[in-house]
Amino acid sequence: MVVATIVQAVTMGLRQELARDKSVIVLGEDVGLNGGVFRATDGLQKEFGPERVIDTPLAELGIVGASIGLAVNGMRPVAEIQFSGFVYSSFDQLLSHAARIRMRSRGRFTCPLVLRAPYGAGIRALELHCESGESIFSHVPGLKMVVPSNPYDTKGLLASAIRDPDPVIFYEPMRIYRAIKQDIPDEEFFVPIGEANVLQEGDDLTLIAWGAMVKTCQDAIEKLNNKYSVELIDLRTINPYDAETVSNSVKKTGRCVITHEAIRTCGFAAELIASINEKALLNLEAPVVRVTSPDVPIPLAKLEGYFLPDSNRILKGIEKVMSF
Amino acid sequence: MPKKVLKEFKVEYLQILDENGNCDDALMPKISNEEIKKMYEMLILIRVFDQKAFNMQRQGRLGTYIQFKGQEACQVGSASLLKDEDFVFPMYRNSGLLIARKQPMTQVLQYWNGDERGMKSPPNVNNFPIAIPVGTQMIHAAGAAWAAKLRKTSQICITYFGDGATSKGDFHEAMNFAGVFNLPVIFFCENNQFAISVPRPKQTHSETIAQKAIAYGFEGVQIDGMDIFAVYKATKEAFEKARTGKGPTLIEAFTYRLCDHSTSDDASRYRSKEEVESWAKKDGIERLEKHMRKKGLLDDTYKEKVLKQSQEAVEKSVTEFEKITPPDPKDMFKYVYAEMTQQQIEEMHDILGN
Repeated sequence: MVVATIVQAVTMGLRQELARDKSVIVLGEDVGLNGGVFRATDGLQKEFGPERVIDTPLAELGIVGASIGLAVNGMRPVAEIQFSGFVYSSFDQLLSHAARIRMRSRGRFTCPLVLRAPYGAGIRALELHCESGESIFSHVPGLKMVVPSNPYDTKGLLASAIRDPDPVIFYEPMRIYRAIKQDIPDEEFFVPIGEANVLQEGDDLTLIAWGAMVKTCQDAIEKLNNKYSVELIDLRTINPYDAETVSNSVKKTGRCVITHEAIRTCGFAAELIASINEKALLNLEAPVVRVTSPDVPIPLAKLEGYFLPDSNRILKGIEKVMSF
Repeated sequence: MPKKVLKEFKVEYLQILDENGNCDDALMPKISNEEIKKMYEMLILIRVFDQKAFNMQRQGRLGTYIQFKGQEACQVGSASLLKDEDFVFPMYRNSGLLIARKQPMTQVLQYWNGDERGMKSPPNVNNFPIAIPVGTQMIHAAGAAWAAKLRKTSQICITYFGDGATSKGDFHEAMNFAGVFNLPVIFFCENNQFAISVPRPKQTHSETIAQKAIAYGFEGVQIDGMDIFAVYKATKEAFEKARTGKGPTLIEAFTYRLCDHSTSDDASRYRSKEEVESWAKKDGIERLEKHMRKKGLLDDTYKEKVLKQSQEAVEKSVTEFEKITPPDPKDMFKYVYAEMTQQQIEEMHDILGN
């Protein structure tokens, strides 16, 4: 066991996979000598050499497009996009190609790449350094979308993502990169893609979150001081999502709050609510409540606090669903 | 301080076989008579195919089809040098290339009739499916070439695109990666002078597309794209460079589309009859015929035999194609991921029943 933060768990996961499989390579801007701007790839170039931990030109489309070609011809590229807000110039490559290669070639070619990026707000960063685009990618069949919330899941999900036969977008919660320390095994273990995690069982309501919002939910639960018995679900994989765990929980509790950093309209809560309606409508005691950011571009630092849901907004959502 | 010249560049143009079938023997690549005949037969086959596919679209027997008439020499001349394990990243005007690369004609027809199975590459041949968004495939060739280099295979990757594609940022990023990492990749531009209706001078202010390679630190050459020997020679040199670790090459094949952009296009809206006729006189197939006749490699009997064989082969593939049963509707779910998601399973049952 090693005590590690999320960002250290990323490094551990990458190191493990680089050591195991020589087709795994890490590429991106500043990932080599500099070890990444968040140090997620710290020391890896020194350990595995510049042919396997590669500083690329400053070109997101090129990084993703080249990763597609690499993946098609037998490599397992793990590409880093420095901030998730910079991924948009590679959108065409992800949507038009990475997601469709298996389908388009009827399985003759596949695209096992991982795209890692720090995502989310709350660190008073520059514009487009704080995006939460997980639902955008979840609208693309052929891509998988994974968001860990703690060091253990980060290492376990990253190993699963790198070994996955299909393209996986791996969003790392930047705000809590170093906020949580956890004992995680040195040896190989996996957290499966597509399985949610019930972090805490409860009977009164289901609270669903992913990424950095899981911690915010835990803060809210602490503030509740046992007023209600909350079942907390960490979704972990946004696409394909674990509808069964969600609906089973809602069937039990009858009430649900879903929270995410992303804006409300077409945010992933909307999809989860549709799924709950399909599978557990008659068990609901109240409409499902969404606690999300508003439908505005994320403001710069001065107004960021008004944008992002905090534990108080989650408590307000909980009261709303409980008092219905 | 006086200004000094840091670097000077030149851009070469290569033509070996002129419009009258005359050959510059000094430039002629080493190529056997058998090989020349083989290329000629492939040129005829794909031209017959192209016309047939166009006719079938007009008759309602095929979906939207992209013709390549006029560009056969580019596609056959370069493909004839490729090994099966080499990777081809084609554009949509490359049906001829795919046929020259062992993609069965039945499958090519299948694809243009809306059946993905047509793009499945034959076993052990690396034909990547054609890219519909213009120019987006060039960076894949760079990536695949990078994999070849890292894995120490001897594969070459070649990507085909038009003059319009060079206006996209994708072109820049692909060329830049290829240069920076010294990749075994060939960028083959079939400059057919038009991106649908927009002429080449409106795509770039550069005098040539070939010269763009200079900025990325590797060689670019312009060739007569209707001269199959020039295509062959330039591609061969590029391959040898790539295979010996000397990096990428950009080939600008100066050619012309002797047809509409697609079966939905009417090129007479933007090109004069005179212009098309002047290019038709340069046609790569006719000039090869002239050359072969002079060399005693072709007479009327052989010419007719090749045409008849090609027509029979195309008709046979059409008959086979028309017998193919539609794909299983489950296929649209089956190939999205290695394993279907729970959501997809539910959706499949919703739509298709159990």
